[in-house]
Amino acid sequence: MFEILGITSQALFGQLLIGLINGAFYAMLSLGLAVIFGMLNIINFTHGALYMIGAFVAWMLLNYLGIGYWWALVLSPIVTGALGVLIERLMLSRLRDLDHLYGLLLTFGLALIFEGLFRQKFGSSGLPYRIPAELSGGTNLGFMFLPNYRAWVITFSLVVCIGTWYAIEHTRLGSYLRAATENPALVQAFGINVSRMITLTYGFGVGLAALAGVLAAPIYQVNPLMGSNIIIVVFAVVVIGGMGSILGSIITGFALGVAEGLTKVFYPEASSTVIFVIMAIVLLIRPSGLFGRSS
Amino acid sequence: MSTQPVSHSESSPASGSTSMVPFVVLAVCLIIGPLLIYPVFLMKALCFALFACAFNILLGFTGLLSFGHAAFLGMASYASAHAAKVWGLTPELAIAFGTLVAMGLGTVIGMLTIRSRGIYFANITLAFAQMVFFFCLQAKFTGGEDGIQSVPRGSLFGLISLKSDMAMYVFVAVVFFAAFVMIHRIIHSPFGQVLRAVRENETRAISLGYKAEQYKLAAFILSAMLAGLAGSVKALVFQLASLTDVGWQMSGEVVLMTLLGGVGTIFGPAVGAFVIVSMENYLAELGSWVLVVQGAIFVLCVMTFRRGIVGTASYYWNKRQQG
Repeated sequence: MFEILGITSQALFGQLLIGLINGAFYAMLSLGLAVIFGMLNIINFTHGALYMIGAFVAWMLLNYLGIGYWWALVLSPIVTGALGVLIERLMLSRLRDLDHLYGLLLTFGLALIFEGLFRQKFGSSGLPYRIPAELSGGTNLGFMFLPNYRAWVITFSLVVCIGTWYAIEHTRLGSYLRAATENPALVQAFGINVSRMITLTYGFGVGLAALAGVLAAPIYQVNPLMGSNIIIVVFAVVVIGGMGSILGSIITGFALGVAEGLTKVFYPEASSTVIFVIMAIVLLIRPSGLFGRSS
Repeated sequence: MSTQPVSHSESSPASGSTSMVPFVVLAVCLIIGPLLIYPVFLMKALCFALFACAFNILLGFTGLLSFGHAAFLGMASYASAHAAKVWGLTPELAIAFGTLVAMGLGTVIGMLTIRSRGIYFANITLAFAQMVFFFCLQAKFTGGEDGIQSVPRGSLFGLISLKSDMAMYVFVAVVFFAAFVMIHRIIHSPFGQVLRAVRENETRAISLGYKAEQYKLAAFILSAMLAGLAGSVKALVFQLASLTDVGWQMSGEVVLMTLLGGVGTIFGPAVGAFVIVSMENYLAELGSWVLVVQGAIFVLCVMTFRRGIVGTASYYWNKRQQG
């Protein structure tokens, strides 16, 4: 145990850990938003609701079908991703030729519908979801106590984020994706089905949100409001990182989570606004975001 | 880049010769209204109608989608409630103070956001509004979760008591009508014409020598100010300023009202506001279904009804006129 500025290491590292956990969710969600934004040029307002649905699918799998955490980690993103594919096919694809703001408005409407439905069914208080037995307990690191599940969330989300980044920047499929982002008409002319790629990209982004939801379920309770609570912070993260930048969204996600955690230690009153303040400063200095290309 | 097809309606350039008939109809409606409908409900609808009209200056006539307009509505309502309750100002001064606060806030946020476009603009205004929300949640004078309650309506100019709902209604109706006529005048002024030019083709407007950014900023501040007027009046009508008015749901609601009524039409946002407010009134007991219905209207409007109520009506009217 030691102290910095009158704050015990326990408290400091505890908040840092919470910051990293939040950062992991910010990173996964803003990564999904960035991938979707790159391909479809829309801000997916439903992202928060789909994150919430991801958590609820895990909860329902457990409570209705007795399927546990590990399968939920696989099944929930698939189920929710399929919902995303439906949304894209049935609605978003019809708006492609219109102003992109319509896409934003549509996804906003969908977010309201989803949130309303789940609140109607499950109320606004959270439902508990137990940490899987394999990951319960924790490790004492000497300067702090590290719950195993939290360590798992941070590691796993890092792996997912880096994996996604690698897939987009260093594989053939990823290069198609990037090419289609730059010039869809040309890529289409090369015989690649861009329309299907857009649909699958949306589904993938949604799957990422659902995966974050499953990871979040044991930490926060499963709550119909969990999506709308986090999504606006994630929007700010996306603005700070630079819209559409893959690596940028991952780094800013984690960094801002930590920044938020540290603020909670040193100046708790500002902890919920700090991200927005950083956003304002970044906008003044670099209007296109830290990692964004200037338009 | 193809700019802003957001508004389809009112494609005819603003001719100065818009007839007076709609305004007379509006005035008559405002006068008969309270005889038929509960005045408090009407006042609520009028406040939201003004809010939506203010919002439409940006979305409909400048082509900017702000997703953070609740910040101006809410901040102004806190300011005017505080001025009326704690400082004991008369209602007109409290409202003026609230409106000024919104204008100041609009200037700051506007200067930070106006350079961004389209989706970026929507996203950034939303984030700023959320910052304002957290400020209101934590600041001392707003009363946190409780809000500022039992705000006195006071006496207009220290003379006319606004205690009765009827007196308050007359005041609100006059404010609304004046603001509405003012918005109409501004939209059809040379300034409004430049705004439309910026909406249709910003690059071209710039090449013609207009400082597009300054025009957009002016529109933003104007819109924030009028949204603030709506918020200030609302605080006195309901004698309450609360977090609901600052939350992002409110920002979404005003988009919905405008979209449903008709983006870029003069009367559309007001019509949309009436529809949404009455819907919320009737569905109030149904709890979260309100959200679902709102969302469904959003989806329907975006998918199939992009002109909105007034936009569609005037489209068919014009078609018939042309034979």
